[in-house]
Amino acid sequence: MKMTPEEYDRLSKKASPNSPSGKNITMAFLIGGLICALGQALSLLFQNNGMDKDTAAAAVSVSLVFLSVLLTGLNVYDNIAKVAGAGTLVPITGFANSMAAPALEFKSEGYVLGLGAKMFIIAGPVIVYGISASVIYGLIIYLFKLY
Amino acid sequence: MSVLVDLLKAFVVGGIICAIGQVLIDYTKLTPARILTSYVVAGVILGGLGWYQKLIDFAGAGASVPLLGFGSLLAKGVKKAVAEDGVLGILTGGFTASAAGVAAAVFFSLLIASIFKPKEKG
Repeated sequence: MKMTPEEYDRLSKKASPNSPSGKNITMAFLIGGLICALGQALSLLFQNNGMDKDTAAAAVSVSLVFLSVLLTGLNVYDNIAKVAGAGTLVPITGFANSMAAPALEFKSEGYVLGLGAKMFIIAGPVIVYGISASVIYGLIIYLFKLY
Repeated sequence: MSVLVDLLKAFVVGGIICAIGQVLIDYTKLTPARILTSYVVAGVILGGLGWYQKLIDFAGAGASVPLLGFGSLLAKGVKKAVAEDGVLGILTGGFTASAAGVAAAVFFSLLIASIFKPKEKG
């Protein structure tokens, strides 16, 4: 039987029981949720040891970043990410992984233009647009006295 | 009991925020880099409007650990710096608030990348 690519596309869509997206979204929810729950557990632990809420939040970020970078070095984080998708991307651990992974991969190109520069291949734009948005926000609240 | 409720709230809210990211990956042409960037900028906006803090009050790390929380932290830092230092705070607030996380990511990445070997290709 001869089919156009469009017909084949329709047919294969009908034949596959579920789009893989349903599974992707479930895994992102579960693993992303677990990372956040771990963050909450650490936060409660830090607060029980006398930190105030804001300090505990910063300590949680630093702890999760360390864990993520370590697991990236051990090649574990990327294996979890294959299953978790956005679940390991969207938390702050994903930001840390986006720095550690290229730093490790491009070490062979040297410590300055390899490791040092490639570390910011994704984190760079995040910082550029994040900080710029915050400066614009700062200008607005300063000009309109909203602080 | 309240500990369990806190953990559950963080799990559910954090999970939903990540699931939205997955929907964006699967149904739009947004690359992971664009999603990270969008989440941080969206966090600045939601934080600036004062909405995101309410989610953090409810879900704790469920809202602060995703990069939306990082963005809202930038906005919070700018607001605090402008209130305390005036006009210069527009520039200093964002980096001040995010300093711990960013410095940790930079230094740990350097450390780990120096120690470990990259995985074999192919």
